[in-house]
Amino acid sequence: MSYDVPVAPGDKPQDISFGGGTDHGFPLWEVFVRAKRGLNHTHVGSVHAPDAETAIQNARDSYTRRAEGVSVWVVPSTEIIASDDADSMFSPFEHVPYRHPTFYEIPEEVGQL
Amino acid sequence: MNTVTTTNTLATYLVRHADDNVVLGQRLAQYISNAPDLEEDLAVGNITLDHIGVADHLFTYAAAVDDGRRSGDELAMFRSEREYTNLLLVEQRHDGFGDLMARQFLFDAYQLPLWHALSTSTDETIAGIAQRAAKEATYHLRHSSMWIVRLGDGTDESHARIQSSIDQLWRFTSEMFEADDLDREMAEAGFGVDPSTLQTTWQSTVDAVLEEATITRPSDDFQTSGGRSGMHTEYLGHLLAEMQWLQRSQPGMSW
Amino acid sequence: MDAPMEYGPEQFAAIIAADEKIEPRDWMPDGYRKTVIRQMAQHAHSEVIGMQPEANWITRAPTLLRKMILIAKVQDEAGHGLYLYSATETLGVSRDELQNLLHIGKQKYSSIFNYPTLSWADMGAIGWLVDGAAIVNQIVLQGTSYGPYSRAMVKICKEESFHARQGYSIMMALAQGSEEQKAMCQDALDRWWWPALMMFGPHDADSSHTEESMAWKVKRKTNDELRQMFIDQTVPQAHYLGMTIPDPDLAFDEETGHWSIGEIDWDEFWATVKGNGRLNRERIAHKVKAWDDGKWVRDAATAYAAKHAHELDESALVKNV
Repeated sequence: MSYDVPVAPGDKPQDISFGGGTDHGFPLWEVFVRAKRGLNHTHVGSVHAPDAETAIQNARDSYTRRAEGVSVWVVPSTEIIASDDADSMFSPFEHVPYRHPTFYEIPEEVGQL
Repeated sequence: MNTVTTTNTLATYLVRHADDNVVLGQRLAQYISNAPDLEEDLAVGNITLDHIGVADHLFTYAAAVDDGRRSGDELAMFRSEREYTNLLLVEQRHDGFGDLMARQFLFDAYQLPLWHALSTSTDETIAGIAQRAAKEATYHLRHSSMWIVRLGDGTDESHARIQSSIDQLWRFTSEMFEADDLDREMAEAGFGVDPSTLQTTWQSTVDAVLEEATITRPSDDFQTSGGRSGMHTEYLGHLLAEMQWLQRSQPGMSW
Repeated sequence: MDAPMEYGPEQFAAIIAADEKIEPRDWMPDGYRKTVIRQMAQHAHSEVIGMQPEANWITRAPTLLRKMILIAKVQDEAGHGLYLYSATETLGVSRDELQNLLHIGKQKYSSIFNYPTLSWADMGAIGWLVDGAAIVNQIVLQGTSYGPYSRAMVKICKEESFHARQGYSIMMALAQGSEEQKAMCQDALDRWWWPALMMFGPHDADSSHTEESMAWKVKRKTNDELRQMFIDQTVPQAHYLGMTIPDPDLAFDEETGHWSIGEIDWDEFWATVKGNGRLNRERIAHKVKAWDDGKWVRDAATAYAAKHAHELDESALVKNV
């Protein structure tokens, strides 16, 4: 698809290096939304905003289209602390198969389990 | 099909508020894709949709009430400059975000108490429209207030610019609270509200925000009105020409 | 998988092979990261620039309902741009940086938006053909390997479903209308058909990025495959309208069950990609002007935030916004 805009014959491809933290703009905020009562907040994306009040406003506009009864959290992206995914503390489930529902054979007659 | 005036007084009353919202909607629509950032473009888009939506509801109801001779779209698209009854405030041009937000703020502070009052209209349809519009107006007012405060108490440049925008638009604010016979008739019947009763609320909202924004309240000296009787500024004609041209070029067609 | 995977190229390859998602903190080849940034950013730029041709007609929409639908559509595009920039930023690059690259011409956007919207019928043609083509691509992109991109595409696809339908409904209204309306409808189809086909990019043989993108499962189907899907679904829709596809070589192949088309004008395609399309300059100028005109506003917001930092955090909590 043309989002990957092709290089025209005779043009040199642009080699651009990224990620130098050249953000002169508004800080980035991560957005969490609880779509309705009874559910968890889930991460839905991010917005840029100069401050928390504006961030909530922007998050509502972008991720909820202002639907009612929806709870929105915003957190500055810099405040998010993430686990190191290479951490061997969390080994793949293959090592503890009994934690997987598919490990157990339940006869069909038993029904929903 | 040149003049589509309403004969029914309730319809005439509804059309005033429909006109306010469709004209403001047109102004906001001109700004889409021109906002200072993407989040703001989204917000302006949302607000535009709200105003056009309310206008559509009001025009549709007005058309039904007015013997059903015309459709809501016909009321919007086939009335001329002298038949439009919107407030002068909403037809003013804007030169950038400051002007846009200043006008929005001054209008939002009037719309919210208006919709609150109409939420208890004895006319069920009006009450229903107003209840939904009040929720939207709450959001609009919060949004525009936030920007007035940030621009007023931001940089020296932003302060000067927003002060100027408020100064320029101030002369259109009294009109929002001028009551005429139709307003009084509607208020008495329980359908509508006398706009002069909204002024105190408007005043305290505006004063609070201007103060927080460190903006000086302009003097009231010169005020202008006439929109409700079709006496507009020179800008409305251009706005309507743009809005109505396609329908007028092929009247009676489906789109 | 008996032993834990080696974190690095081996794990990356296993994830791709298993059709699972690469997430922001995973190890990834530098080329993968660059490709994904480029594709997501250009997709985001496309959504934002794509607002302009349609915003052009909002004030002139023939009915209030059509006006509202068009506003909603343009607003969706802004939102989609936002989701995509958000996904791109997970790779450690800022939106400001990406936007700057767009402004100076080092990153591009889908060339389809360099065509002008000359009549109301163009709103129909864009929804039907341009969004129609985008949807074909986007549905498939839901399966792309980079997690945040895939999730953004799922969200976008949900919202996009009405875009093509509303465009087609405009065309239907015109096709069933006056002679003038029918002519307007046919004229829009005549101008937008070939550009819509070009949206799928060059033929597979001439496409430099495809092999790598396919191996990394960034791209899931080739340009020609997607283009054919679009053609097959769209030609009957044009016939239903009573309109003519502007292609004398269009023919249905009984054997393959596919529609075959004439040759695309690749000169026009490359000219537009290179920046000499009808409105390349105007689209970017509009975008840059909006950004520049808004500087004083952004500066004000930043200044205000700095002045009131601790108060704002408290008030946001207390206000229960």
